[in-house]
Amino acid sequence: MDGRSKHPMRSLLRILGYLRPYRGPMALMTAAAVLATAASLFVPIVTEHVVDGPVTHHDRGGLVSLGLLALALGVAEAALVFVRRWTQAYLALGMETAVRDDLYQHLQRLPVSFHDKWQSGQLLSRATSDLSQIRRFLSFGLVFLFVNIATFITVVVLLVRINAGLGLLVALAAVPLFLISRSLSRSYMAVARKVQDQQGDLATYIEESAVGVRTIRSFGRAGYVGTAFRSQAAFLHDTAVEKAGVVSRFWSTFDLIPSLTLSLVLLLGARSVDAGHMTLGQLVAFVTLMLTLSWPIDSLGFILANGQEAMTAADRIYEVLDSRSDVLDGALGTSEGPGALSLQGVGFTYPGATVPVLHGIDLEVRPGETMALVGVTGSGKTTLTALVPRLYDVTAGRILLDGVDVRDLRLSTLRTRVATAFEEPTLFSASVRENITLGRPDASEEDVLEAIEVAQASFVHDLPWGLDTRIGEQGLSLSGGQRQRLALARAVLGRPDVLVLDDPLSALDVQTEALVEEALHRVLQGTTALLVVHRPSTIALADRVAFLQDGTLVAVGSHAELLQIPAYRAVLSADAEVSA
Amino acid sequence: MTALDWRGVAAEGRDDLDVATTVRLRARSRALLRSLLRPHKRRLWWAVALLLVSNFAAMAGPYLVAVGIDKGIGDDRLLTEVVIALVIAAVTEYASKRAFLLLSGKIGQGVLLDLRTRVYDKFQTLSVAFHEKYTSGRVISRLTSDVDAIGELLDGGLDDLVIAALSVLSVGVILLTLDLPMGLVTLLSFPLLLWISRWFRRESALAYRRTRECVALVIVQFVESLGGIRAVQAFRREPRNDEIFGQLNEDYRVANDRAFKLVALFAPGIKLIGNATIAAVLVFGAVRVIDGHTEVGVLAAFLLYLRRFFEPMQELSMFYNSLQSATAALEKLSGVLEEPSTVPAPADPVPLPSARGELTFEAVRFGYRDAVVLPDLDLVIPAGETVALVGATGAGKTTIARLVSRFYDPLEGRVALDGVDLRSLSEEDLRRAVVMVTQENFLFAGTVADNIRFGRPGASTDDVVAAAQALGAHDVFAALPDGYETDVRKRGGRLSAGQRQLVAFARAFLADPAVLVLDEATSSLDIPSERLVQHALRTVLADRTAVIIAHRLSTVEIADRVLVLDQGRVVEDGSPIELLERGGRYADLQQAWDDSLV
Repeated sequence: MDGRSKHPMRSLLRILGYLRPYRGPMALMTAAAVLATAASLFVPIVTEHVVDGPVTHHDRGGLVSLGLLALALGVAEAALVFVRRWTQAYLALGMETAVRDDLYQHLQRLPVSFHDKWQSGQLLSRATSDLSQIRRFLSFGLVFLFVNIATFITVVVLLVRINAGLGLLVALAAVPLFLISRSLSRSYMAVARKVQDQQGDLATYIEESAVGVRTIRSFGRAGYVGTAFRSQAAFLHDTAVEKAGVVSRFWSTFDLIPSLTLSLVLLLGARSVDAGHMTLGQLVAFVTLMLTLSWPIDSLGFILANGQEAMTAADRIYEVLDSRSDVLDGALGTSEGPGALSLQGVGFTYPGATVPVLHGIDLEVRPGETMALVGVTGSGKTTLTALVPRLYDVTAGRILLDGVDVRDLRLSTLRTRVATAFEEPTLFSASVRENITLGRPDASEEDVLEAIEVAQASFVHDLPWGLDTRIGEQGLSLSGGQRQRLALARAVLGRPDVLVLDDPLSALDVQTEALVEEALHRVLQGTTALLVVHRPSTIALADRVAFLQDGTLVAVGSHAELLQIPAYRAVLSADAEVSA
Repeated sequence: MTALDWRGVAAEGRDDLDVATTVRLRARSRALLRSLLRPHKRRLWWAVALLLVSNFAAMAGPYLVAVGIDKGIGDDRLLTEVVIALVIAAVTEYASKRAFLLLSGKIGQGVLLDLRTRVYDKFQTLSVAFHEKYTSGRVISRLTSDVDAIGELLDGGLDDLVIAALSVLSVGVILLTLDLPMGLVTLLSFPLLLWISRWFRRESALAYRRTRECVALVIVQFVESLGGIRAVQAFRREPRNDEIFGQLNEDYRVANDRAFKLVALFAPGIKLIGNATIAAVLVFGAVRVIDGHTEVGVLAAFLLYLRRFFEPMQELSMFYNSLQSATAALEKLSGVLEEPSTVPAPADPVPLPSARGELTFEAVRFGYRDAVVLPDLDLVIPAGETVALVGATGAGKTTIARLVSRFYDPLEGRVALDGVDLRSLSEEDLRRAVVMVTQENFLFAGTVADNIRFGRPGASTDDVVAAAQALGAHDVFAALPDGYETDVRKRGGRLSAGQRQLVAFARAFLADPAVLVLDEATSSLDIPSERLVQHALRTVLADRTAVIIAHRLSTVEIADRVLVLDQGRVVEDGSPIELLERGGRYADLQQAWDDSLV
């Protein structure tokens, strides 16, 4: 995606902040790792003592104590590994869970314009695979990065004490390792980022083809989307193989340099022994000690690669967490009044677009009045309805609710007073009751029943478990008309001050529509309402009509008055006859 | 409120598994893994060979150093030779390791590509009914998080497995030949190792299965909330969703925690057994040396090798852990791959290269779960006829549309196109002949033209425009900010419902099927657009069969024939005019409709 930050390292450090509550366990984990390494190093020493002591002196008594010591060290090592892993589970998972919660909570509060732009597959891959990459690095890589570097330094100090020249040579071997890993890092990070992005794109494609499966099936396009998927998956495959290429250079280099250093040490060491600058014993000790470095250095290649992946993953996560909502929360926590809605010079342009969808709209909706919005497809009605609950913010002018700019109100306050039913009803995988009481979890049973009654949604009582039946994607599927009636029930529940209904009856049959209209009529009596209307029958619900053309208001008045305008008649004429 | 209250009640499958099922699941996942690896057999052998070379080179290092120290001091020539050999060994190790890593990366990615493709294609053949139950979130979870779990195994698995297995085997042989009694003491640790591995297998299978389930639920909730973000925000659902997601995320954490803690016991458990064995051999061996049964050198060597025996055991245990995690994912994926399609493709399809469009229902019975929707339907729709289905919710209109589109198969009887049972038609022939437009109007990310072109991939821009013109929607599309090239954004969010519906119509026109099924396809259109569409339909439907479901009777008026349905039975059948004259349900409906227009 765009907006890539140039400081992946900083992102990783920031995400490390999530470990702050775990400082104690983190220290415990590191201490356990160090001590376990130490315990494992002691066992050979005990062995040596057994051979030099009891075995040489035929001392069975001493054997028992040394045997017990070896056992104790073995148990201690296992116990320390256990402590490290147990703690690691606790803190790594705790961090992962906390970041995922934050990510989800943040995403829910980002404006609709953000979600129009970002595919959920991309967001999802950040919340799952990127996070587990970070978790893996924090739980293993980070600890051993320190342990291994500490081991390296300790061993180098010991080596220098044995032979300063050769010891410094070993220390110098770190320089090419550092340089090579730095240059490889750059290409690795770039390719790791590409893989992560492409994984997100693939997840997006998977999501689209899962949600759109009916359309794909209707047109028999399984083969077509399959081909597209394969080419995307192949693209990811190629990038991942490219990444494997960088990894292979990375890891093998971390093998090569210590091996070459060893050859050099042997050559120079043997010469110095020959020249009498060093004893044979010292050379043996030096080489043996140097060999203990092989795992710490080898694994450093792997750990660094892991760390770079974690960095790019953290970067991707902060791209989302750093996205700020441009729909800012207002300060006013209370809003009272009869529900007067006033649009003053309202205009709206979608982000990135040049042509405004709406411009220069002035409209007063009096308290309790029902205002119909009429216009042809694409005239901006739906956009206008989204501006009142601030799903988008106006880009010109302002909208006042009881004299207060809606942008000055707290979002929760505004959205409590304004209830919306969208033209496409969204149901969640929850019980019928939960779906209806979505915005008002404290609604009473009577309120719920009343809302059901208004929306003519009494079919819910006949569902297998009544109001407790789970619906939505993970539950019982309902017809379009049923879904629309539930969405309407949700909007009218608890009689909000302002109702915004976007073509709320489009999926209903004539008889149901008539019944809903009748019931709605009662509700709308005392409620300020904006009502997008396509059909003449629904117009009867409105006190006045606002006629939109090309993104602006051309007339406001009663239905009868507006019928004088030919363009209005064309849009909403009762004369629905089809010319042959 | 507990997690269950808000979710409500649903008829769901049970997840409790008996022993026999577990065994079957295991066999099924292993079979899948084998079939995924089979095409890479040659490459795998190469990888193993490279791995052996690299390890041989790595082991040569210490040996050469020993030679150099023992004999090279004072002998410059030999020393130089040894150092050259060392450099060669280092470079060989480097080259073979690098080649191995690249090759194993290729194998792993090849397997993942194959797996993704297989599962994706399978999902695309599974019925709509399956998808409605399975949910899109689960599909995503299978194809992302489950595949990732297998990727983790392939990433480092081969390396660990081969090296560890080889070391364990070779060192095991050395141990037994070096000193049999000490070797036998070592063998005593085996029952313990076996026991702990079996314990781990049993427990971790459960734990990892649980993590797969939990992550799927997290993903489902995630996708669902973001998909319905407008409703979430407009109804202040955020805090409640935070709570729900928090709970699911916590469940996932607990599931992972369980799996992690099993490893936290298993890995050091193996280590403990190894360390205890080393201590036991140390004491036992020392006694044997003291008693003169063996040499000090043998004991020293034995102890050294013993460490090299147990170290790779750690790697084996880690491999085993990744395998367990991958197996849980493979269980889920192999389950999807094994899922029988409820609308299976015919083994021997009857070719129908160009359909006329005659539809017949013969004694068709259909229902969902226990509810019968169509008890016994007989119906013939001659080629070229436009039929409108009318009736209350639940009368069976949509069911008929879905049977014609073969989203479902009838429980009894048959649905035929030109006399051929739909079940005998290839997917390709069926979809070329029958296209359905619903009120759903799904749009893919891309431009308006891309979305129309979905009806006939490869259609030229002129064809796309022509389809829109035939529909009368050209002006609407041309007026969009970038015309046909307007990016519709996610799910077509940039377009209004009416515009989306027009795109869906244009798409269907472009597909040019013999049978067009319209299920509430005009419900979001405004009156001028509807009028245009109806006008277009008269021309477009002239030479093809159409099944129209619409509560807007203005759309029904263009039909040649109207069927009034009640509880899955046809109660009125005739031309709109006939039915109006006859009086009855349709006449009543028409009356109500006319009233609604005033």
